[in-house]
Amino acid sequence: MHKKTILLAGIMLAVASSASARDQIRIVGSSTVFPFSSAVAETFGKTSSFKTPIVESTGSGGGLKLFCSGIGVKHPDITNASRRIKSSEVKRCAKNGIKDIIEMKVGYDGIVIANSKKSPQMKLTRKQVWLALAKDVPNAKGKLVPNRYKTWADVDSSLPAQRIEVLGPPPTSGTRDAFVELAMEGGCKKFPAIKAMKKINKKKYKAICHSIREDGAFIEAGENDNLIVQKLNANPKAFGVFGYSFLDQNSDSLQGSLMDGVAPEFELIANGKYPVSRALFFYVKKAHVGVVPGIQEFLKAFASEKAWGPEGYLAEKGLIPMQDGERKSWANAAKTLKNLSM
Amino acid sequence: MTEKIPSADTATKVEKSLKKRRNAQWRHRQYGILAISLGMFALLALLISVLGRGLPAFKQTVLNLEITTDAVSLGVDSLDDKQLFDTANFQLPIRLALRGLFPDARSRFERRSLNKLVSTGAGFKLREVLKSNPSFLGKTFKLEVPTSDDVSAYVKGTVQINSEGKAGKLNRQQVKWTDTLIEQGHLKSVFNSAFFQTADSREPELAGIWGAIVGSALSLLVCLVISFPIGVLAAIHLEEFAKPSKLTDFIEVNINNLAAVPSIVFGLLGLAVFLNWFGMPRSAPLVGGLVLALMTLPTIIIAARAALKSVPVSIRDAALAVGASPLQACFHHVVPLAMPGMLTGSILGMARALGETAPLLMIGMVAFIADVPTGITDPATALPVQVYLWADSPERAFAEKTAAAILVLLVFLLIMNLTAIILRKKFEVRY
Repeated sequence: MHKKTILLAGIMLAVASSASARDQIRIVGSSTVFPFSSAVAETFGKTSSFKTPIVESTGSGGGLKLFCSGIGVKHPDITNASRRIKSSEVKRCAKNGIKDIIEMKVGYDGIVIANSKKSPQMKLTRKQVWLALAKDVPNAKGKLVPNRYKTWADVDSSLPAQRIEVLGPPPTSGTRDAFVELAMEGGCKKFPAIKAMKKINKKKYKAICHSIREDGAFIEAGENDNLIVQKLNANPKAFGVFGYSFLDQNSDSLQGSLMDGVAPEFELIANGKYPVSRALFFYVKKAHVGVVPGIQEFLKAFASEKAWGPEGYLAEKGLIPMQDGERKSWANAAKTLKNLSM
Repeated sequence: MTEKIPSADTATKVEKSLKKRRNAQWRHRQYGILAISLGMFALLALLISVLGRGLPAFKQTVLNLEITTDAVSLGVDSLDDKQLFDTANFQLPIRLALRGLFPDARSRFERRSLNKLVSTGAGFKLREVLKSNPSFLGKTFKLEVPTSDDVSAYVKGTVQINSEGKAGKLNRQQVKWTDTLIEQGHLKSVFNSAFFQTADSREPELAGIWGAIVGSALSLLVCLVISFPIGVLAAIHLEEFAKPSKLTDFIEVNINNLAAVPSIVFGLLGLAVFLNWFGMPRSAPLVGGLVLALMTLPTIIIAARAALKSVPVSIRDAALAVGASPLQACFHHVVPLAMPGMLTGSILGMARALGETAPLLMIGMVAFIADVPTGITDPATALPVQVYLWADSPERAFAEKTAAAILVLLVFLLIMNLTAIILRKKFEVRY
């Protein structure tokens, strides 16, 4: 009986002591930024006197929700996001007492449409992508009808007469959000009639541009991009939508389709020529700087050339670095702990 | 009733139906065998595919280099510097040693490709070695350092040379260098002991499973300590002492219901109660164990009740007849006899808990944690979480790590289930 009491007391003590202070940075957020953030965390832990930060993969929205829930050691210090923070989230943060947020841009991530190297490489435009995958498309008279295109040749005669079969992430994924916003909407805007609608009825415009067909041409393949890669290897006729780092790792068996004439290559995404790319961010709670040890040093480690530079270790992991000038100004923001301005 | 003598007619009828009935029996046996072989085939297919993918992960490719650790090689002014271990570049001596082997690599591009043959963990290893043996500082010695995952994949044969002379992410020159290193005996495959000593890493060649094993063990320990006594005592009360009433019926229905609740619900409960209300630390095996305990509690109660029920009434009656109190009858006679069944049920419940990720997601155990946890309040992950995180990583070498982690998980499940069977066989009492 005594043993149990001692054990219980031990547990209580341990809980009490760990709740009062924290000497380890806690990071939550996007699964896209997770590999980069954890790589910096690992190097930071190994090369500094601070403990290795803990990085959780919760998704951008979930991360910001946790981040904005309050100030204090119970709440995370940093959240990763594969999109910019929304004004509603800033408001939510402010309501919980988080007034000062430091914004940091990490770099870029390209979204590719790839297929197996056993098939020829495709040259697509965003307009063709939208026509192939949208739920409703305009017919010859410009009226919206349900998408009946079966093959790529139906969409555009320059494309092969091959069944449209695209594997992509489900709506819960940040990659899907970015694909819909950048590739689908980008193609949809090319129709003047639809573009004009944006000003009149924004809701309807979004519904037209963002809806993906549900008749089997677009297959939701789950959050795991590796699964899509494996399926593409097994089925050379299919295409997959995923982040650039997965194409980079599998460049021996897969090829990215050209988008608006630009190949998804490292340099072309970095200089902004490749149209389907998004910026990655992370946000830091200023109130925690100085309270949780190492935050400022972690920011410095992240914003060092060794990490996010064109030759840095994050580039090896598939991050597309920012241009020199942009990098410099963000590194400066990290040094001065500049507040987020919307 | 008068007995009818079967006529010749009925005899042939019976004979005919007998054949039919035997055929039916034969068919049913075949169905049974077919069902079992299908099941076994599925299991075998899983095991073979996991083994085929996972076994290379237990091998590590290492490079034997002669390393000089003077001040120049480490990029510092003097070796007496107190800050040496914070400021020196430990990757540099390794690069220099590699450059010494291939003096032809002069251009920046060539040197960069050459550097990529070794893992970034090589420098950390050198730092560890020097830190624990400061007498090596300034000397030249041999050191085995891990190669990069790309070289490892080529040496293990998971990637082949293609028509352009490339192998995976290795370019033609790097393939040539690797071949030379193998020829000269600098490069070899050894048992990957680091895999069982380290925690997660972003570099596939450095990532280990030990952190996850410890995390799982600590969570299960907390789970066992909480759920076993509570579950067994609840079962004893319900089975032996509580008078059947509407209330006990209600409780019983609820327990059976809870056993079927999806595990993510327990995670949400854990988040609300343990983290937000009690203020316990995130990502800790303590909270993980508590959540898993909630999840396994119904299973344990049901198993324990079944075990208690299987103890014959005569044993209770005999104990009571010789003057034992109901409490003594229960704890001296019934519970010891039911114990093997209770333990089996608990172990099976824990085995299920070992494979759970969903409840751990909500309490922050699905995380990148580079340190091996040392206590129940340290941040930790668990085995299935590690499988999930590695399966989601872009680096190709993580595919074999994923399969290897699955193998480790399967071994642990096997051990637990085997223990359950042995316990049952050893202590089972037949009446």
